[in-house]
Amino acid sequence: MLEIKNLHVSIEGKEILKGINLTIHAGEIHAIMGPNGSGKSTLAAVLTGRENYNVTEGSITYLGEDLLDLAPEERARKGIFLSFQYPVEIPGVSMVNFMKTAINEQRKFNNLEPLSASDFLKLMREKKEIVEITSNLTNRSVNEGFSGGEKKKNEIFQMAILEPKLAILDETDSGLDIDALRIVANGVNQLRNQENATIVITHYQRLLEYIVPDFVHVLVKGKIVRSSGKELALELEEKGYDWLKE
Amino acid sequence: MTTLELQEELTNLYTDNYDRISEDTSAFVNHYREQALEDFKRLGIPTKKNEAYRYTDLMNYLKGDYSYEIDPSKLSVNLDELFRCDIPELDTHIVLILNGFYYRQNNPGILPEGVIICSFAEASIKYPEIVNKHYGRYAEASLDSLAALNTLFAQDGFFIYIPEDVILDKPIQIINIGYSFKNLRLTRRNLIVAEKGSSASVLVCDHTLCLQSFITNSLTEVYTGENASIDYVKLQNENSNSSQISNTFVYQETKSTFTSNTVSLHGGLIRNNLFVKLNGESATNNAYGIFFCDDKQHIATYTHIHHVKPNCQSNQLFKGIIDGDGTGAFSGKILVDKYAIKTQAYQRSNNILLSKNARMNSKPHLEIYNDDVKCTHGATIGQLDTDALFYLRSRGIGYTEARQLLMYAFANEVIGKINLVPLRERMIQLFEKRLKGELTHCENCNIHRIA
Repeated sequence: MLEIKNLHVSIEGKEILKGINLTIHAGEIHAIMGPNGSGKSTLAAVLTGRENYNVTEGSITYLGEDLLDLAPEERARKGIFLSFQYPVEIPGVSMVNFMKTAINEQRKFNNLEPLSASDFLKLMREKKEIVEITSNLTNRSVNEGFSGGEKKKNEIFQMAILEPKLAILDETDSGLDIDALRIVANGVNQLRNQENATIVITHYQRLLEYIVPDFVHVLVKGKIVRSSGKELALELEEKGYDWLKE
Repeated sequence: MTTLELQEELTNLYTDNYDRISEDTSAFVNHYREQALEDFKRLGIPTKKNEAYRYTDLMNYLKGDYSYEIDPSKLSVNLDELFRCDIPELDTHIVLILNGFYYRQNNPGILPEGVIICSFAEASIKYPEIVNKHYGRYAEASLDSLAALNTLFAQDGFFIYIPEDVILDKPIQIINIGYSFKNLRLTRRNLIVAEKGSSASVLVCDHTLCLQSFITNSLTEVYTGENASIDYVKLQNENSNSSQISNTFVYQETKSTFTSNTVSLHGGLIRNNLFVKLNGESATNNAYGIFFCDDKQHIATYTHIHHVKPNCQSNQLFKGIIDGDGTGAFSGKILVDKYAIKTQAYQRSNNILLSKNARMNSKPHLEIYNDDVKCTHGATIGQLDTDALFYLRSRGIGYTEARQLLMYAFANEVIGKINLVPLRERMIQLFEKRLKGELTHCENCNIHRIA
C-alpha cells in the first residue's frame, strides 16, 4: 500500500529524515518509535502533505501512485488520515458542518452521491459510540474548548467517519489518562480490518499494549536503526533508546 | 480640487438653494441650519490631519462632478418594477427611501397604537412635540463636522416613534435606494425615538440600482428611553462607485439597551461613525460590525462610546476581511467620565488580510477618568490560520473551500449576534455570496442593472 524509498526530508535547510525506507501492506499495523527530535512527526507531516517540508531525495508511493505529487486534500480523499498530536481549535466551524463537508468530498471523489443531512446525522450517531464521545462535543465548533483527551477522541471519531485506508496516529497517547487511552485504542482497534493499515507513532510502549503492532521501527536521528516485531517495544521499555543511538 | 474649494462649493450650493432645501421642514428644524453653517465653515471637511480621519482620505472620494437632488417631485420612478425586497419568514414594515426622500411605506398595515413610521420632513411638521425634543440634540458637529454638513442639507429621511411601553414585534425595514441617470450627492436625516420601556428592531439596507455614483451623507439620531431596547441592523450594499458617510448618534437613558450590527458588503467608500452617550445608569450598548472589502474599496469604522454614568456596559466587536487592494480602518474611542464608576467597556477588532496589497489600520483610544472600571481592548490583523487550513485539507476539504469555511466562521461571530434568526440567516447567505465574489442580491430582489 505504502512504499517509502530512501526518503530525505529537510526543513529550513536542516535535514531531518536521512534516508527512510519503509513498506506497509494492507492489514498491517506499524509502530514508529524513537526519542524526541528523531523525525517522527516530520514523517507524518510529509505523508500528509504539510508545507515547508522539502523532500530532497527519495520517493513515496501510495497505492501505486506518486504521493508527493498530490495536494493534502487529494491524499485525504484517497484514504490517508492523520490523527494530529495537537489538534487545532477552529472556532466558528461546527463539527457537523466540518465532517459532513469532508465525507461528501470523499464521496464526490469516489463518484458517490453526497449524504443527505439526515443520513449524515445518522452516521454521526453510529460512529459516536465507537469512541464514546458525547453529543455535547459534536454539537460544538471543531475542538473548541475540548480537553486534551476529548481532542484525541475527536480525532478517532473523525477517523471512524472517514474510514481511511491508511491511518497515521501521531502520538495519540500523549496527554491521555489510562481510561481515555483505553477508549481511544479500542476505537482504533474496532476500525481496523484487512483492507486498511495503521502507522502508530509513539514514544511509549504503553499504547502498544492496546494497539498491538505487527512491526516496530525505531527512528533515531532521521534514520530507522532497527525494525522488528512487537517485542522490540518491550526491549525499548526496559533499556531506553540509548543503546540504539550508536 | 482642495477641501476648501469643495467646502465653498457646498456652502454656495446651500445658500443658493436655501428656499427649496428648507421648504418641507419645520421652522424648528430650519433654525438648526444657521448654526450648522457656522460650524461647517469653521470646521470644514475633515482631512487626514484630523485624528479621526487619519486613515481615510475623504477628498479622494468626495470630489467629482455631482448633481444635487433637491427637488423630490422630479423623481418619477416606479420602484415596484425595479425593486422588491423581502426576507422569507421575516415579516417587516417596509419603508422605501429614494435618493434620500421618503417614498412610501409598503403594507402600511396595522401599527400598534401610537407607533409612528413616516417621512422625517413630515414628522417635523406633524409631530413637533416629539421632534423638537430630540432633533439636533445628539448630533454634535464638534464630534464630526460632516454632521454639520448633514444638518445644513437635511431635507428628509425616516422618522420612527415608539411610545412608552410598546413592544413592536414586527421589525421595521428601511430600504434606502439610489437610482438616477446622473451622479448624485444625497443627504439623509433620520430620527428614532424609543420612549421608556419600549422595544423595536430596525433594519436599514442601502442599495443602488444603477451604476451611477452616489455620495451620501447620512445621519441618524437615536433616543433610547429608560428601559427601552433597540436592535439596529445595517446592510451596506451600494455599488463600488459610491461613497457613504454614515453618522449615528445614540443617546441612552437608564437601563436601556442599544445594539447595532453593521454588515458592509459593497460600496466604494464607507465611513461609519457611531457616537454613543450612555447618559443613564446601568445602560448597555453593543456595537458590532463585519465588512468585506476588495478592489479599491475603503471601509472605515469610527466609534466613540462615552460612559457618563455609573454601571454601564459597552461591548464592541468589529471584524473585517480585506482582499485585493482594499483598505480598512478601525478607530475605537472609549471615554469614561470621572463619576462613571463600575464601567465595563470591551473592545475588540479582528481583521484578516488576504492579499499583499490589503491594508488595515486599527487603533484603540481609551480615556479613563475613574479608577473603579473594567476596560479591555484588543486588535489583531493577520492571515487565515494556516494550521486550521491544513487541518481542514487533511480531511479532504479543498483549499478554496477550506478558506471560505474559515472566513465564514470568522464573520459568523459577528453575524451570529443578530437576534432575528431569519435576518441572521439571510445575512450569512449574502456574506457567503460576497466571499465568492458574487453580487449580493437576495433571490427575491428584482434588481435590474441599468447600463
